[in-house]
Amino acid sequence: MQLDPKEVEEVAKTLYIRALKMLPRDIKQGFERLLRSETDATGRAILGTMVENIAVAERTKNILCQDTGIPIYNVTIGRNVDLDGAAMKEAIRRGCARATTEHPFRSSVVHPITRKNEQTSCGTGVPIINIDFDGRDETVEIEMIPKGSGSENGSFLQMLIPADGAKAIKRFVIDRVIECGGRVCPPTIVGVGVGGTSDLCMHLAKVAATRPLGTTCADPEGAKIEAELSQAVNELGIGPQGLGGRSTSFRVHVEVGATHITMNPVAVNIQCHSARRANAVITPGGIDFK
Amino acid sequence: MTHHILEMPANEAQVRALKVGDTVTLERTLFGIRDATLMAMFDRARKTKFDLQGHAVVHTAPNVKKVPVSNENPGGYIPLCIGTTTSQRMERFTRPLMEQNGVRIIIGKGGMGPDTSKAFRDIGGVYLAVVGGAAALQTTWITAVEDVDMDDLHPESLWRFAIKNFGPLLVAMDAHGGSLYTKVQDEAAARRSAILASIGAAE
Repeated sequence: MQLDPKEVEEVAKTLYIRALKMLPRDIKQGFERLLRSETDATGRAILGTMVENIAVAERTKNILCQDTGIPIYNVTIGRNVDLDGAAMKEAIRRGCARATTEHPFRSSVVHPITRKNEQTSCGTGVPIINIDFDGRDETVEIEMIPKGSGSENGSFLQMLIPADGAKAIKRFVIDRVIECGGRVCPPTIVGVGVGGTSDLCMHLAKVAATRPLGTTCADPEGAKIEAELSQAVNELGIGPQGLGGRSTSFRVHVEVGATHITMNPVAVNIQCHSARRANAVITPGGIDFK
Repeated sequence: MTHHILEMPANEAQVRALKVGDTVTLERTLFGIRDATLMAMFDRARKTKFDLQGHAVVHTAPNVKKVPVSNENPGGYIPLCIGTTTSQRMERFTRPLMEQNGVRIIIGKGGMGPDTSKAFRDIGGVYLAVVGGAAALQTTWITAVEDVDMDDLHPESLWRFAIKNFGPLLVAMDAHGGSLYTKVQDEAAARRSAILASIGAAE
């Protein structure tokens, strides 16, 4: 399959707009689950407003949240795909900018020192484009994530030492969730990276935070911590928007990477309740938006 | 637990009457403000053309579409999606905003800290919690962009919105030292040890 940069540009544009408007099914189901278990009156009312907002966005064809986020594109390239990688990255960038100016919606991206906003959602290194490969034949999958800043500001890294053990990892997660309170727009998905180098650890936390609900950590030890922490954070009483209740998080997700004999890193990256993602799968048969 | 309807602007007595747990619906006028606007006003001494005396500000940077100025769109913008950002970053600006500009109500998400609580007590102000992330719904409470100031900071300009039925909003911090956020944080801190022990992570 030959990948056409023009097609990639259109897909990149469409995905950003779709992600901002339609919440994935697993997150909607997550709200239903939380509503069944929430006993706090304020918490229930807030969850109800969030569900109402999803319906209003769909009915009025509006974006769900005013925070259009930092755009992230995760590209997975299968086998027997012929592409010009540099052209593909440029095409994604153009599609991202066109979504912003043509829809239009707010560019939330600025230069980190001058704070200048180019009004295109683009800048040095942004959109973030992650490229990976898998075994699917003649397939390219593009996932778009507008990562909101309220929850992205809830990001933490700690280079623990081996003697601190796994319990320090758990303690770190619980303490960061308490520290963030309502600022990260709960109910959240708490992404936890365990192991790796500092940068891999942080990346694993982001992968965990943006993984669909209903998926489990592939590593059995990671999955165990994931289950323990998922229950524990909802005993804290922080609740929706930090105003009290059980529904602090949909779930804690853990991703694990091997690390050095001297190291025990842990990272937290939080996803707010507006857990937006959109996917497109490109094959010789056409484009399938999911 | 009383519901209040406030025609903006409000006076000190109206604001001091609001208690944590009450709900409020605002009518008529609301201003949008955030990081860059506040930094311009208080770090670089820029003056706004708006009279904010007794008014409410919401922590926001809206999605808008530029259009020609008309009777329907007096501010030259159509509101597309107007939501609320995390308030805590604006903590150091609450007191000057109240003292120098007379703002009485802050609308935001996630709550604010002890300096804000003290300013509310000293001067008479409240924090109203809106549901963060529910921006599509919040946009239906805004009827027009009436005017805009400091638009070189776009989208972090100072916005004047016309509103109708803006709420219900929850009084989460009041002028009597009450804060739902502090209460929830204190409870979480009290539960921490037992929760850590339950997952084999006791200190």
